[in-house]
Amino acid sequence: MNAVTQMPATNYEILPKTGGSGEPLGDLLEVSMGPHHPSTHGVFRMDVVLDGERVVKLKPVFGYLHRNHEKIAETISYLASMPYTDRLDYFCSMTNNWAYALSVEKLAGLTVPERAEYIRVIVAELTRLQNHTCLIGFFVQDMGALGTPLMYAFREREKILDLFEALTGSRMMCNYMRFGGVRCDVTPEWLGQVQRVVDDYGKFLDEFETFLAENEILLARTQGVGVLPRELAVNASVTGPMLRAAGVNYDIRKVDHYGVYGRLDFKVPLGEQGDVYDRYMIRVLEMRESVKILQQALRDIPGGPVMDPKAKLRGFRPKAGEVYGRVEAPKGELGFYLISDGSANPYRYRVRPPSFINLTILEDMCLGHRISDTVVILGSVDIVLGEVDR
Amino acid sequence: METPEQIKARIEAAVPGAKIEILPNDCPAGERSLLVDPAHALAVAKFLHDDAQLRLDFCSNVTGVDWLDAELTEKIKVKRVVDGVEKEIEEVKKTARPGFLEVVYHLYSMELKHGPVALRQRTAGRGNEVSAVSLTPVWRGCEFQEREVFDLYGIRLEGHPDLRRILMWDGFKGHPMRRDYVAPDDYEYEPTPHDEVLEQAKKHYPPEVQA
Repeated sequence: MNAVTQMPATNYEILPKTGGSGEPLGDLLEVSMGPHHPSTHGVFRMDVVLDGERVVKLKPVFGYLHRNHEKIAETISYLASMPYTDRLDYFCSMTNNWAYALSVEKLAGLTVPERAEYIRVIVAELTRLQNHTCLIGFFVQDMGALGTPLMYAFREREKILDLFEALTGSRMMCNYMRFGGVRCDVTPEWLGQVQRVVDDYGKFLDEFETFLAENEILLARTQGVGVLPRELAVNASVTGPMLRAAGVNYDIRKVDHYGVYGRLDFKVPLGEQGDVYDRYMIRVLEMRESVKILQQALRDIPGGPVMDPKAKLRGFRPKAGEVYGRVEAPKGELGFYLISDGSANPYRYRVRPPSFINLTILEDMCLGHRISDTVVILGSVDIVLGEVDR
Repeated sequence: METPEQIKARIEAAVPGAKIEILPNDCPAGERSLLVDPAHALAVAKFLHDDAQLRLDFCSNVTGVDWLDAELTEKIKVKRVVDGVEKEIEEVKKTARPGFLEVVYHLYSMELKHGPVALRQRTAGRGNEVSAVSLTPVWRGCEFQEREVFDLYGIRLEGHPDLRRILMWDGFKGHPMRRDYVAPDDYEYEPTPHDEVLEQAKKHYPPEVQA
């Protein structure tokens, strides 16, 4: 029998050549990854300096999609910005709407009827479901599982987008919320459709998890990769699933109890290692919690109006003052900082974009890893360039 | 959480020389902010971050605000003798307020789950070379947001490790979020490497095309 050629495990990669005292001997290679690299999910660029295959420096470069959303919003009325917020994180227009509506309601002192609060919870959790589902699809696609898992994810997303289309007339740019409520009431038939989708979602998650959770390639590519320590995550203002994967129990739904989240029973999943695998797993677990929230909201939704009768659509001029409002969007803390001077347009309109700020520590997570790992690490951050560049 | 007055008193006790001013906020749901002088901003930020009662370890939002030159009107009551009778009359007092730029920080505590505390710094005037103090050494999360403030508002944040433009490109002139910014007519045009290639290629054109 022929001797089996043993392949030494460490010889896959081009190791950096170092001298006696550890200084690099070879030349460093600067690679501009993006803006049209398929793994960057949009027009995003990473200036990477490589020593062999190892990353020694990485600077994210963005702004290709910058349209100065904030400046536009300062020149138009409060309500006219609502459709613009859809375009921030174009996967999650419902939570963007909610964050903006919540801030303006705080500014103008409007109350939201109970039924509208429940509808908001339902659409926001549906948004979270489809965002996390798609993210996982894209994420395994970045690892080389081309096509199939993403199509599974998109099949489920399609069901939720159909619900949004039935409710708002638009699949992604929903423009559904108004200051003091929502634009139109939901029908019992629509709630029945949601119930069916939600009931089936658990099955899909089981299936998806069976395929992926213990997949050898997924484990090898994600475990111990891109570790984000807890202290750094807090100090660098990282929010959302990224933060909770690092083991910090901070979910704005639990901290601020906005909407009716105070009445709903759900858990906040936490990671242990803070690596890419934890970030993946947190999203799977969060989807299961979202299904639980949806079941409760669908059970408890009361009747009644969906708009505050005091809310004005025309001639809306909140009193002078300033406010900062925030919600737990699927990608992290989405905040709106508004200053009113008593006129019809905001004097200052600021969006706190979660994925923009979560990119602060991209370099820290990638240093010392291989160039192929940066793709996976970036995928686990979950960025949308509409929001990063604004 | 403590009121702004309590926080102010404790900062002034802990950081010698720091002057904190509490700014009013007419919106009842919003929070009043603490205005800190740039000379002590970093020390105050460190205090807010480390203090055991506050533990503001999470700097959520950093942004700039541009305040143009304005005339502030204030209604005051004055006593005047009108037709031999002393009367109280309302008078409008006008004071000119020179413009300035602001950097606003919204601080929360992840450990104690409270907030926000709004911290502000003001620049002297709103010229081209105005500055404030970077708080990135205290909160790493300010890094990109302060770059954005520099890029869009033109506030130099002293002590920032990597102060470059972030959303606009490097050769861009001006700061588009300022209230008086006027977009140039040719803002679409941007020289590209392609232009240089075309210029070089002209040498090889036949003379009638060159002319």
